[in-house]
Amino acid sequence: MDKENLVALYRQMVLIRVFEDRAAEMYAKAKIAGFLHLYNGQEAVAVGSVSALHPDDDVVVNYRDHGWALARGSSARAVMAELFGRATGTTGGRGGSMHLVDVKNRFWGGYAIVGGHLPLAAGLAAAAQYLKTGRVTLCSMGDGSTNIGTFHAALNWAKLWNLPVIFLVENNQYAMGTHYDVHSAVPMLQKAAGYNMYAEEVDGMDVMAVREAVCRVAERARKGEGPSFLNVVTYRYRGHSMADPDVQRDKAEIAQWRERDPIVRFATDVLLKRNLVTPKELEDIRESVEREVEDAIEFADKSPEPALDTLYDYIYQQPVRNMQIAGSLIRPPTIAKDIPTNGKHA
Amino acid sequence: MAEITYREALKRALREEMQRDPTVVIWGEDVVAYAGGGAYGVTSGLAKEFPGRVRDTPIAEEAIIGVGIGAAMGGMRPVCEIMTVNFTLVAWDQIVNHAAKQSHMFNGQIKVPMVIRTPNGHGRTAATHSQNFDAWFAHVPGLKVVAPSTPYDAKGLLKTSIRDDDPVVFLEHLQLYGTRGEVPDEEYLIPIGVSDYKRRGKDVTIVTWGRMTMESLKAARILAEEGIDVEVVDLRTLRPLDLSLALESVHKTNRVIVVEEGWRTAGLGAEIAASLQEMAFNDLDAPIARVAGLEVPMPYARNLERATLPFAEDVIAAVHAMMQKQY
Repeated sequence: MDKENLVALYRQMVLIRVFEDRAAEMYAKAKIAGFLHLYNGQEAVAVGSVSALHPDDDVVVNYRDHGWALARGSSARAVMAELFGRATGTTGGRGGSMHLVDVKNRFWGGYAIVGGHLPLAAGLAAAAQYLKTGRVTLCSMGDGSTNIGTFHAALNWAKLWNLPVIFLVENNQYAMGTHYDVHSAVPMLQKAAGYNMYAEEVDGMDVMAVREAVCRVAERARKGEGPSFLNVVTYRYRGHSMADPDVQRDKAEIAQWRERDPIVRFATDVLLKRNLVTPKELEDIRESVEREVEDAIEFADKSPEPALDTLYDYIYQQPVRNMQIAGSLIRPPTIAKDIPTNGKHA
Repeated sequence: MAEITYREALKRALREEMQRDPTVVIWGEDVVAYAGGGAYGVTSGLAKEFPGRVRDTPIAEEAIIGVGIGAAMGGMRPVCEIMTVNFTLVAWDQIVNHAAKQSHMFNGQIKVPMVIRTPNGHGRTAATHSQNFDAWFAHVPGLKVVAPSTPYDAKGLLKTSIRDDDPVVFLEHLQLYGTRGEVPDEEYLIPIGVSDYKRRGKDVTIVTWGRMTMESLKAARILAEEGIDVEVVDLRTLRPLDLSLALESVHKTNRVIVVEEGWRTAGLGAEIAASLQEMAFNDLDAPIARVAGLEVPMPYARNLERATLPFAEDVIAAVHAMMQKQY
């Protein structure tokens, strides 16, 4: 990788880190609602993986998806606007934090039902195989997903049909608050071995290690050698979501992992050690990222909410005749007005 | 025009669409291996005609639907067979949370042109294998739900379903596979979301679909001998629900009976009755009546199974009650 690309990896990781920190602030200010699953600590996984893929490969991930969308090329503006529930967001405000999507980048979305997207990934790979497109599908999931039925059904099928799919476990070691030792009966690689699937364990705090592993397994898939499994060991710095007070984890454990921070480590061990950048240049990158995220927040805040008359859009790609007769579709959308809380109604 | 079975009509639809479009494939449990093609024989012979395009899958319904969804997202038109409607429950998350949501939740960026074919209904197989889930699927925005009653409709609707850009749940009634009807040799399509008069009459309107269309027609023939002229509206599509013909018919007959095979509570009949009442209250000479299955998990014994299900005699009784009552 040349200097320019290495610096780009650094910038993407910093962008994700700053984006998530500011998103947390916006959540605290109630600009963002619902669940908000932040990616702090796991930046090397999305950035390293995406850098290893071709632009027209397929990517499917779970609800912790901001980092993936940004790494795959969605703008900070569109992602932030989606978190704000605005018309300019990645899905026009319909999906929110857990359902970012950007099909022009072949980013097929964040999926919020644990394990629900694994068969979809196998299906995208089956289409690539059948249509001979040469595409590889990368499917990221949390360690918690490896215990649900769809995990086993998807891995079994992928191996049976020799599909070009990479199942990548972002093993941050916690399924919500439940530690891996409590939620999984066997070690991760043994699950892949159960389907006789090529598997590797990867240091998820090292962006280059992730990149190299994904390159290796993507190459296998392109050569027709079928599915692979990566157990990428990483850590999230924050709780499961912003609603999680994160009292169950040992603070010393978190501090220990922070010492292996993927951004600091990459800057120190690669960029500075090889004299590819100066400390000043790194500082400039951070400042430019901060401006970009600030701009995204302003953009999101100024963006309109989705128009009410779009409420029924895209329920069907092909609406059919007589839909107006269907009771559920004849009511025009309205928003209930707050009842005035004057003396009469109190 | 040749008379063929409902089963054969479905197979012809699959064959014609596979000939027309190379992205159409059939995936399901034993669609190749078992008795030459599927538990109910719909796909028999197709694997030989279309090498590599009809494939047996693991018995893993969540994956059959999920892999189908992914393949549809990726540019194919998979027809996924779930051996019986009972097993769709294993895949319910994939159907409701994924297939039905992809288009709207992702703001139109993703389409899922897939068909989920499955036999619905009873067959002396007891409580977990003899069920009718019409209402469950019809409840979900984002799905199109089709339930043909004749070989003619089965063929024309399946062809349209395969060409449709949305996920279609195609409910084939288990008891209709062997029924026969006229199907033209030349190609035709029947639009989704358009109901059909199966019999014209002037005294009472029956709104129904699937197997109950046939029972209602049988009842109508018997009632005609008594001088009661029954009109039968076959909905054909359960979502979106087209009540335009039912409404037109009520204007004329002023009496409606909704006939459904499934459980009555929270069933589709309740939705249809409520909607017609909202739209045609002033035309009604009697409260809208419902004929439905009894609310028990299906027993195995022949007499008990028969007692829980509606047949022509139940329709006749409902018509008699409505015609004789003074309001």
